[in-house]
Amino acid sequence: MSFISSLRPGGRHGLSSRETRDPIGLAVAAVNRLAQSELIDRVGLRKQAEHAVYSTTRNGFRVATAAGRTFARAGRRTAGARPANAPSRGVFDLTPTDDEAMLLDVVRELATEVLRPAASAADEACAPPAEVLAAAQDVGLPSLGVPEELGGIMEERSATAGALVAEALAQGDMGLAVATLAPGAVATAIGLWGTEAQQQTYLPAFTGDGAGPGVPVAALTLAEPTVLFDPFDLATTALRDGDGFVLDGVKSAVVRGAEAELFVVAATLDGTPALFLVESGADGLEVEADPSMGIRAAGLSRLHLTGVRVGADALLGDTDGAAYTECVRLSRLAWCALAVGTGQAVLDYVKDYVNGREAFGEPISHRQSVAFMVADMAIEVQAMRLLTWKAASRATRGQDFAREVGLARQLCTEKGMRIGLDGVQLLGGHGFVKEHPVERWYRDLRAVGVMEGAVLV
Amino acid sequence: MINLETPKKHATLIDQAHQLAMNMLRPISRKYDRAEHSYPKELDMLAALIDGVSETGASSGAGASGVRRDASAADDTGKVRNGANLASVLSVAEMCWGDTALLLSMPRQGLGNSAIASVANEEQLERYRGTWAAMAITEPGTGSDSANITTTAVLDGDEYVINGEKIYVTSGERADSVVVWATLDKELGRAAIKSFLVRKDNPGLKVERLEHKLGIRASDTAVITFTDCRVPAEDLLGSPEIDTKSGFAGAMATFDNTRPLVAAMAVGCARASLDLTRDLLEQAGVEVDYDRPAQSQSAAAATFLRLEADWEGAKLLMMQAAWMADNRKPNSLEASMAKAKAGRVGSDVTLSCVQLCGTLGYSEGELLEKWARDSKILDIFEGTQQIQQLIVARRVLGLTSAELR
Repeated sequence: MSFISSLRPGGRHGLSSRETRDPIGLAVAAVNRLAQSELIDRVGLRKQAEHAVYSTTRNGFRVATAAGRTFARAGRRTAGARPANAPSRGVFDLTPTDDEAMLLDVVRELATEVLRPAASAADEACAPPAEVLAAAQDVGLPSLGVPEELGGIMEERSATAGALVAEALAQGDMGLAVATLAPGAVATAIGLWGTEAQQQTYLPAFTGDGAGPGVPVAALTLAEPTVLFDPFDLATTALRDGDGFVLDGVKSAVVRGAEAELFVVAATLDGTPALFLVESGADGLEVEADPSMGIRAAGLSRLHLTGVRVGADALLGDTDGAAYTECVRLSRLAWCALAVGTGQAVLDYVKDYVNGREAFGEPISHRQSVAFMVADMAIEVQAMRLLTWKAASRATRGQDFAREVGLARQLCTEKGMRIGLDGVQLLGGHGFVKEHPVERWYRDLRAVGVMEGAVLV
Repeated sequence: MINLETPKKHATLIDQAHQLAMNMLRPISRKYDRAEHSYPKELDMLAALIDGVSETGASSGAGASGVRRDASAADDTGKVRNGANLASVLSVAEMCWGDTALLLSMPRQGLGNSAIASVANEEQLERYRGTWAAMAITEPGTGSDSANITTTAVLDGDEYVINGEKIYVTSGERADSVVVWATLDKELGRAAIKSFLVRKDNPGLKVERLEHKLGIRASDTAVITFTDCRVPAEDLLGSPEIDTKSGFAGAMATFDNTRPLVAAMAVGCARASLDLTRDLLEQAGVEVDYDRPAQSQSAAAATFLRLEADWEGAKLLMMQAAWMADNRKPNSLEASMAKAKAGRVGSDVTLSCVQLCGTLGYSEGELLEKWARDSKILDIFEGTQQIQQLIVARRVLGLTSAELR
């Protein structure tokens, strides 16, 4: 690329392609580039920059995916076990079951005692600390969505339990919630749509007792880095090749891509989206760190697939798009639950702050302009919660929940962001600095309407 | 077990309400919007029908009196109940899907009936059976600040003498009795405010005039004056004691029960707009897809999704508040949340639907413009948007009314 063409505006530095540089602009840009180079030399960083090892805090570096473990093939290629739906009593009720309540007690403690204190550093490091992942594994999060007969911890798989857990975790921290829930998303997907062989090959690693190499790092990847991304119109393709498939494309919002040992990749097969299990050892996989505005603790990355060959047994679920559509909905449901949890965290934090902060001789909460913003937060976060619970409970009972999850996503995206925005505003300048967590929640809450995949309930 | 569907046991009732709304209210909806102040005589038949259904018990105690929290509900063994409060909000929403103004004009289903059900003792409840009670709180100088009312009630022998002027009395002309808020002693503040049932044939009561309004025109809104109006002492609702500790709680308790009902009105009215607009958009080739991202659909579809999501939030908050009342959980916060959300969503939805449908929606040829007028009052009466926010904020922040004014 020539020097001049590298200065052509459009697509870089946040410039629209409609911008033009006049001669003075070009000169300024050239000087700027020179200055940047000198600066790097002066402080002796050039060497390091050139030899930078892969770092999740910067993008542009591509490395091969983790070597990963070999999953020993087992079982037959017949339909796997399918979780049963919960029966309906037909009674309007907002009370979690006893099992859910017990689980929530544990998860809330994890969120308060482990996730929240680790959140700020993990956001900075763009990676979850090992202790957090270990604690999540101890609680059994990776096998939460797997039914008991396949080694899971709950008697019945339940989207409601998954949503309640995601909400509680995000009240601790959304980024770490995503990092700790990501392997479970893959396990849940295999439990829901896997063949008997896929379930027996992969699930024991997720539901194991912690012996051996532990729970694999795994990522459910649906999103792609394009404007107006539509998960039902994927650019990543799967072409039939012999009795297997060849995958090509780029996936984004891949949780801990560099460490991941197993991916579920969404790609278009014969014009319809489908899911494929791809082990990290496959040839043609490259991962690129993709640090983003928020949920940084999840170590977001992009996964490049170039002529990646997988066997016939890699197809997860059907080819008519039914499993895939359910996957998109269940994933959105998880994001809604995360938004509710973070929204509640903002409300709780702001509540204490405005009661404690004094201006003009009294707490600022005594002013209606402040108090009404708090009231609206409380109203909207509860509305978000009820919509999410409704969608989750319909999914749990095996009812169609397309409408409910669509509406929940709409509300959680819009009102969740509003809560994040008002949270920062109510703290004023203090909200803008990293001493307080509200700026992180602001960045995290923007993810809700953007994300597809990564988590699943 | 978490479940936010319409209760199975109320399904029949709601279906019936829907059929009544569709087949009795809709056909006369525009007629009485135009003919303001003329009595919708069709409602007498409907009211008789509703009374009949109530007698059979098939209504699960729904309707204006369904808000009473009877003591028998407390003795069950921690089992989750779906009772009269849920039945009431869901059936009121269906009826307002038909026509909000006509629901408000329904004989024997007035807000005064809800007030009686909320605070009257058993003897009074029996004595007032079959009455149609309007509600008189607001005064020319006192709206949201209902603790500041100036209408007085002075005990004279075994009668109270009431003096004052009340405005915005819904069904004030048509009802056969009025529940009036008056103070026993202005010096003692909120605690001294009591409600009284006054018969319309009382010579001290006079309906001065009826208001001309933006919406709910089929519902009569009266100005009523009380001049040395003498009522028997036993028509004071609840306890005559002035308990300065519990303060306003007695009179205000009515609101915990009626606010979810007003939320239900907004939910029903807004759904009428959504249902018709969806249909009109589909005829114009715009299908709303719940799976595809809103921004990849047409702007009209994206707007519709936003409105429907907000509406669903209002509806579920309304159901939550009623469910809590059914299960005897304190619900002041949730009742105000539901009223606040439903009030503003009602306006946003109905106004946006007019916008989406253009001059078709703006014309009297459709009912969309009417619903956009009817919905406005629902963000005002039984506590404005701002009053609800004040209540929610005080509860959430743990502030008194002196701290957050």
